[in-house]
Amino acid sequence: MNELIKSIQVSIWFMFLTFPIMVIRVNAIEKSVIWRWENLALVGVGSFVLSFIWRWALRRKEAGEAVAAAGGQEAGRFSAMLENPALRLPLQVGLLAAFCVVPWFVTTYQTNILISFLLYVVLGLGLNVIVGVAGLLFLGHAAFYAIGAYSYALLNQYFGLGFWVALPIGGVVAALAGVALAFPVLRLRGDYLAIVTLGFGEIVRLLLENFSDITGGPSGVSNIPRPGLFDMQLSVAGANIYIYYIVLALAIVTIVAVTRLKDSRIGRALQALREDEIACEAMGIDRVGVKLMAFGLGTAWAGFAGVVFAAKTTFINPASFTFFESAIILSIVVLGGMGSNLGVILGSAFLVLLPEYMRAFSEYRMILFATAMVLMMVFRPQGLIPEKRKTYTVSDPELNAATGGQN
Amino acid sequence: MDWQYFSELFLGGLTRGSIYALIAIGYTMVYGIIELINFAHGEVYMLGAFMGLIVAGVLGILGFPAPAILVIAAVVAIIYCAGYGYTMEKIAYKPLRGAGRLSPLISAIGMSLFLQNYIILAQTSDFLPFPRLIPDFEFLEPVAHVFGSSDFVIVVTSALFMAGLTVFIKYTKMGKAMRATAQNRKMAMLLGVDSDKVISITFLLGSSLAALGGVLIASHVGMVNFAIGFLAGIKAFTAAVLGGIGSIPGAMLGGLFLGLSESFATGYISSDYEDVFAFTLLVVFLIFRPSGIMGKAKVEKV
Repeated sequence: MNELIKSIQVSIWFMFLTFPIMVIRVNAIEKSVIWRWENLALVGVGSFVLSFIWRWALRRKEAGEAVAAAGGQEAGRFSAMLENPALRLPLQVGLLAAFCVVPWFVTTYQTNILISFLLYVVLGLGLNVIVGVAGLLFLGHAAFYAIGAYSYALLNQYFGLGFWVALPIGGVVAALAGVALAFPVLRLRGDYLAIVTLGFGEIVRLLLENFSDITGGPSGVSNIPRPGLFDMQLSVAGANIYIYYIVLALAIVTIVAVTRLKDSRIGRALQALREDEIACEAMGIDRVGVKLMAFGLGTAWAGFAGVVFAAKTTFINPASFTFFESAIILSIVVLGGMGSNLGVILGSAFLVLLPEYMRAFSEYRMILFATAMVLMMVFRPQGLIPEKRKTYTVSDPELNAATGGQN
Repeated sequence: MDWQYFSELFLGGLTRGSIYALIAIGYTMVYGIIELINFAHGEVYMLGAFMGLIVAGVLGILGFPAPAILVIAAVVAIIYCAGYGYTMEKIAYKPLRGAGRLSPLISAIGMSLFLQNYIILAQTSDFLPFPRLIPDFEFLEPVAHVFGSSDFVIVVTSALFMAGLTVFIKYTKMGKAMRATAQNRKMAMLLGVDSDKVISITFLLGSSLAALGGVLIASHVGMVNFAIGFLAGIKAFTAAVLGGIGSIPGAMLGGLFLGLSESFATGYISSDYEDVFAFTLLVVFLIFRPSGIMGKAKVEKV
């Protein structure tokens, strides 16, 4: 009964709160008002139901925290299944084979969706190096995506460079820009770093928009050539499939590279930096070098993805690289599970494929992203697939005796 | 030196600066108490402008006189946005107390995107015209081309509200509780301050000022759009940083400083790079003097 009253209160509060925005649509010039009372009913019923779910989820989360505090371990069934080595290899090979043959069986439109999915995988994994592994909150990823795309577009326009030459250049330029950004902001951390990177992202976009003489301003650069296969003339569908394979290769290289990165010396230094910057410095890790490395490694992938994006769409303008883009890439990383590569892949599948195939909801895409971001942070901050941490067991009887077996 | 041009830029900067200061106070108060950059604060300002538009539209059709509409629109916007600020805190930030610093920030970004898309879905993504609600004042006749009645109203109203806030913080019991919580939350709680209530009030006050700013600027510019909050929010945040985040007089000073310097930069350098200038100022300040004009340097304990 108490619960019921609470939910009624919540739904009345939300009906009050959303009343003007949801119900009234006014045109001050034509002096007309449209009343949409049905929305009010919708909000009322919706918030009534949701408030029950919200409270139930909060209670569950608190119970879960209590269990975790008492020493219980929550082992995900799904990630346990993926850990099984007998299943893992066939699964990887099967997926790879499926991805290799799929463009021959589906339409160009479907291939396009897969290309953008793979591009987001690359972008997400790149950002994951910075946000997930190194723990630096970075809100300007789209700027480096833009730098990659524009470096191909402009190099092609002014110097006639081809795709394969531009691809490494785009990556290197983006990485250099990333390092250049990282230099001044080395001392900042947490929220300040987030804001500065956001500011930097916006500066890049505004500069692209305002240097109209070079970049074409808001109208962007068009007629960017697709990559050619030797001297063959490819049809539009053929070129699309070709780009698909390029992106697939890029994605595979990225996955392998970032997976291996995490176990390397640099990767460990990055993770140490995330955990405790000061302790990390005390242990003799070069904080400056490691941070620069994180930014360079993360933004290089954004540069590669940008070059491929420019080649795919053959037209780019600054409107594709707004803060929204950065926010989408960030939510891929957050949703998937910060630091976990598999999580990022799953996250981009979730955020790119789902809205594409649910056309009816495409209007609600961004609002669903946003809701997911908030809900994830409140209820499952570790993401869909949390990063698996390496644990080492100590088998020293003396130590075990001293700590009472707590190790 | 052309004094006429200079004074035009100065007065224009004053108007901008007052609005930035109004929004910046919300950032600075929230940051001072829970050390969170409330990313969605700019969206509250945008919501305020929309509320103002809706109320003004309805009352305009009913035939109210313009000044009355302005006052009612501002009051309604303040009440609603205070409600939004309060609810936002309860949903997106309160369950995250003590969950590290990354999570609340991402949640705030989510909230900001949510509010923008909420407006797009429920209203429109187009630019909407906002009616002119402030009549011309006779005593401003000689300078009306540089400092019109809406500039005057903006500067005076925001000055009044900021003065009111200062008095509130300084002399009321709640204000004292807020200052105590900002200084040391745990200690304040031990001494009987209800910190949840203080945080709620902080959000209420900050959102009210942002809503007021939204209504005033919308009637000044004559345009409303779902995206206005993002840029204004970043700029107000810049103002808060310039003044030293966490300090309320700092936010007011920082707002004025940013408004004036932006106005002079667009007037004397180039108007194309207006927004670039604010962002650059933000980056430069964060790098060289993150404690701002009024703030104190923070010492980190190891």
